[in-house]
Amino acid sequence: MGVILAVALLISDQQGNGLKNVRATLSILVYPLQLLVSLPVDMGESMSDTFVSYQSLKDENRTLKEKQLINDSRLLKLAALEKENIRLRALLENSFKLGEQVLIAELLAVTLAPYQHIVVVNKGSRFGVHEKQPVTDAYGIVGQVMRTLPVSSEIMLITDPNHAIPVQVNRNGLRTIALGSGKINQLQLPFLPNNADIKPGDLLISSGLGGSFPPGYPVAEIDEVKVQPNKPFASITATPKAQLDKSREFLIVWSDSRSVLLTEPEIEAEEVDASEETLNGTE
Amino acid sequence: MAPNNSSSIFLYLLTVILAMSLRILPLGETAGYLNPDWVLLILIYWSLNVPENFGVFNAWIVGVLVDVLTGRVLGEHALVYTLMIYFILKFHKRIRHYPFPQLSVVVFAALLLSSVLIFWVESIKNEAHISALFWGRIVTGTLAWPIMYAAISYLRSLRRFF
Repeated sequence: MGVILAVALLISDQQGNGLKNVRATLSILVYPLQLLVSLPVDMGESMSDTFVSYQSLKDENRTLKEKQLINDSRLLKLAALEKENIRLRALLENSFKLGEQVLIAELLAVTLAPYQHIVVVNKGSRFGVHEKQPVTDAYGIVGQVMRTLPVSSEIMLITDPNHAIPVQVNRNGLRTIALGSGKINQLQLPFLPNNADIKPGDLLISSGLGGSFPPGYPVAEIDEVKVQPNKPFASITATPKAQLDKSREFLIVWSDSRSVLLTEPEIEAEEVDASEETLNGTE
Repeated sequence: MAPNNSSSIFLYLLTVILAMSLRILPLGETAGYLNPDWVLLILIYWSLNVPENFGVFNAWIVGVLVDVLTGRVLGEHALVYTLMIYFILKFHKRIRHYPFPQLSVVVFAALLLSSVLIFWVESIKNEAHISALFWGRIVTGTLAWPIMYAAISYLRSLRRFF
């Protein structure tokens, strides 16, 4: 009886998403458990925040201020470049996409299954998070939202064996797909021929093809290019730019799909300035 | 439902919650593979010791909760736990009187069978990239069994003094 019920559940959950509400309700029941398990790590974090010396705080403050200054000056230039880009695209009669909105989500320190690279964060559908949203950290793309629950969501990292992300070599625009390898610090690019123009140190950025990831975010850096003369494709590995195993805070990104009206570039450029939590595609 | 009086029920819920917490403990990759299926061990313990108050339905509910907790397809653990507990309950009269090493063999078999079933369901769901280390948790589970058994038995003996 129980077995039949379980198999029925299995099949219906596999096929449709009619059980979404059941899962959402039950998830509220088990969420305290995830918080509980995550608690020691969180407490450790806050302890190390509390018991930190005055000197190191001062040092950190100084470096952060310097960083802020550099970033600000870069942003100044970026605004001008962005306007120029919009103008040039208007000449080419091409569309231009505005920046993205982000939401900061904190990681819960739990493992769901050791053979999957799926993490849980503390923002869910109550914050408007939806499935297939891209997730980044300060260094690059982290992954995408796989499942949203009311108060938490599950994020599949780009290194998960079942994940693939369309990328582009920043140097020459060569497009390919990066697959997760199952190792937290490695991606694989199995679809490039032996004579492809790619070398160690090349930056891979998201190409925006497929529509789930916004274009222009850094994804990974090429590690090793191994030519395989007896096979049609080279064996290429890359290291993710995002600190997948170290970051505690992730940014969930809303891509703004509205295109800019090219006839009035000034107004749209002002909108870019106006939106506060705008994250820029470059850098 | 579970054991007969309120303090036993309390102990039962406590052990299940503890087992679920142990299940999602962040241990890193290799240790994560070797993290045994605590929830199944706990369910086996209770179904052997208070079979008269413990049903298959109980295992099913716990299974669904574990599915939600670990983000699996709903019904995966429910199916496995229901099957295992069904067989344990069916043969509990015989299994209870086994000497401890033989009992461990039964637990080993249950863990093995449950891992095979979970591996099978996961393989249907998507391309399984499960490393060979996955089977290590059967061994660690069998090793954890006597410790867990002793710990809960001790807690239950303390209960008289509460």
